[in-house]
Amino acid sequence: MEIPVMVGAGLVVIGVGIGIGRIGGSAMDAIARQPEAYGKIQTAMLIAAALIEGIGFAALFAV
Amino acid sequence: MEKLINEFSIGLFFWQTLLFGLLLFLLWKFAWKPILNAVNDREDGIKDALAAAENAKKEMQNVTADSEKLLKEARAERESLLKEARGIKDKLIAESKEQAKVEGDKMIKQAQATIESEKKAAVADIKNQVAELSVDIAEKVIKEQLSNKDKQLKLVDDMLGDIKLN
Amino acid sequence: MRKPFLLKILLAAVLLLSNSSFANVKEDTSDEPKKDLKTEIKEYINHHLQDSHDFSLFSYTNDTGEHVYIGSSLPVILWDNGLKVFSSSKFHHGETLAEVDGNYYKLYHSKIYKTNAEGAINYDEDHHPTNTKPIDFSITKNVVMIIVTGLLMLWLFTSLARSYTKNNGVPTGMGRFFEPIVLYIRDDIARPNIGEKRYRKYMPFLLTIFFFIWFLNMFGLTPLGINVTGNIAITFSLAIMTFFITNLTGTKDYWMHQFNPLGDSMPWYAKIPLYIILVPIEMLGLFIKPFSLLIRLYANMQAGHIVLMSLIGLMFIFKSWLGSPLSFALAFAISLIEILVALLQAYIFTMLSALYFGFASEEHEHEHEEDAELAHS
Repeated sequence: MEIPVMVGAGLVVIGVGIGIGRIGGSAMDAIARQPEAYGKIQTAMLIAAALIEGIGFAALFAV
Repeated sequence: MEKLINEFSIGLFFWQTLLFGLLLFLLWKFAWKPILNAVNDREDGIKDALAAAENAKKEMQNVTADSEKLLKEARAERESLLKEARGIKDKLIAESKEQAKVEGDKMIKQAQATIESEKKAAVADIKNQVAELSVDIAEKVIKEQLSNKDKQLKLVDDMLGDIKLN
Repeated sequence: MRKPFLLKILLAAVLLLSNSSFANVKEDTSDEPKKDLKTEIKEYINHHLQDSHDFSLFSYTNDTGEHVYIGSSLPVILWDNGLKVFSSSKFHHGETLAEVDGNYYKLYHSKIYKTNAEGAINYDEDHHPTNTKPIDFSITKNVVMIIVTGLLMLWLFTSLARSYTKNNGVPTGMGRFFEPIVLYIRDDIARPNIGEKRYRKYMPFLLTIFFFIWFLNMFGLTPLGINVTGNIAITFSLAIMTFFITNLTGTKDYWMHQFNPLGDSMPWYAKIPLYIILVPIEMLGLFIKPFSLLIRLYANMQAGHIVLMSLIGLMFIFKSWLGSPLSFALAFAISLIEILVALLQAYIFTMLSALYFGFASEEHEHEHEEDAELAHS
């Protein structure tokens, strides 16, 4: 049985969504815990989210 | 991916790079540099003004502290002067009292001595007078009593009676 | 004296664009199969997402069955064994062939192909045209919008710069709106990510790229129907600039990190097996960073336009009292979100560029300082 490529891309996007969601949530928690480290947490969050997002794009455009 | 490469237009890339480069250069020269410089200058100005205000405040505090110190010193001096004056006064009073007492004592002593000597002289005088008077009286009494022979003999007897031979 | 001059240029540009030339073309639908509404909308959206060789604001079909385009045609510049310059009005919006110096060109799906005199397009088995494509340096709609945005930015920010000198260091008018943004980019993007010592030399690029992307994103939301930042060539150009600036200003430490990521933490013979994997990954990361930049901006803007236009298209598909208002409300909400996305994508692009510059210009003493700072706090 062959899984259509679109389905694979969709699965990747689901994974990316969960991943970025978790990053965002954790960043929120961290900021709530340490509001003074807001800038550093935000930077780290953006880097991590950008890396994961890259995978998502790769999957989408590989289709 | 294939779609992306298909969509890629070299001409658009060329124009974008060229125009963006030009825009970057022009904005750099005529906008960002003056803007950032102006903002920096302003911030430096504000910083300087704040520092100056801080300095002025500090100086003000120093001045206040100085004047307070001076005031305190003056107060302390006054206090010490007053204290000294009071001390001198007390001392003077005590000294004069002492002197007065000494003088008084001396005078009293002199007076007492004078009184004593006067008294002695008076007593001596009185004694002399009493002695003379008594001699006179005794002369008169004796003259009276010893006017006859009986009486003379009786006296001798009495006297002899009084004397106990031991 | 310069302000009126700049204004005049801007005004002239606007006038030039709005100088509507009416191109009346006889509609020729007899040999085309009748399309249904969905495919038509889909094609319309696809057409909108692509660059165009003329600046048409809208088009309609008049009573006599003619397509009437409101807008202006733009110059076409081709490199095909010599420079060929002609007006895009020759294509009549893709409906006729353009004949220049004995060569025939056809506009097909927003791309120019060289054809024979009949205008035949040959396809391969994937339905891709196999005709030769001359290199197209045309002043397209996107190029026009880049120029307009550039002029707008020049006018805005030079006047902001002048207002400082005129008004003793305090901006006036529009400057009051833009100055906090400039300061935000400096204080919250450049300074923390690049570092206090080196951020200054990157500031012009960061500011330019931020406002450029933001303005073009915002223009994309206007009914002008342009999609500049959702074009792969544009984002590729922007990302490659970030790439070059990152690597050209890279310090020794940065390149040491690329080729010797573990440093002196272990003997060289132990590093060899690790480096067989690590160094290629680091090298790949070098290219993935700008690649994700370009794809992110492209995909976000493209997706935003597709969603927005699909929702607007839904109004015409539903044509009911319930469906159409609903999709209108949805389209309205999405366009509000898109305004946010327009700003957010400009911010992310600038932020990540600054981050990459920060990596590149990082020196190790600085790292220790930061560690010390962390230990302190």
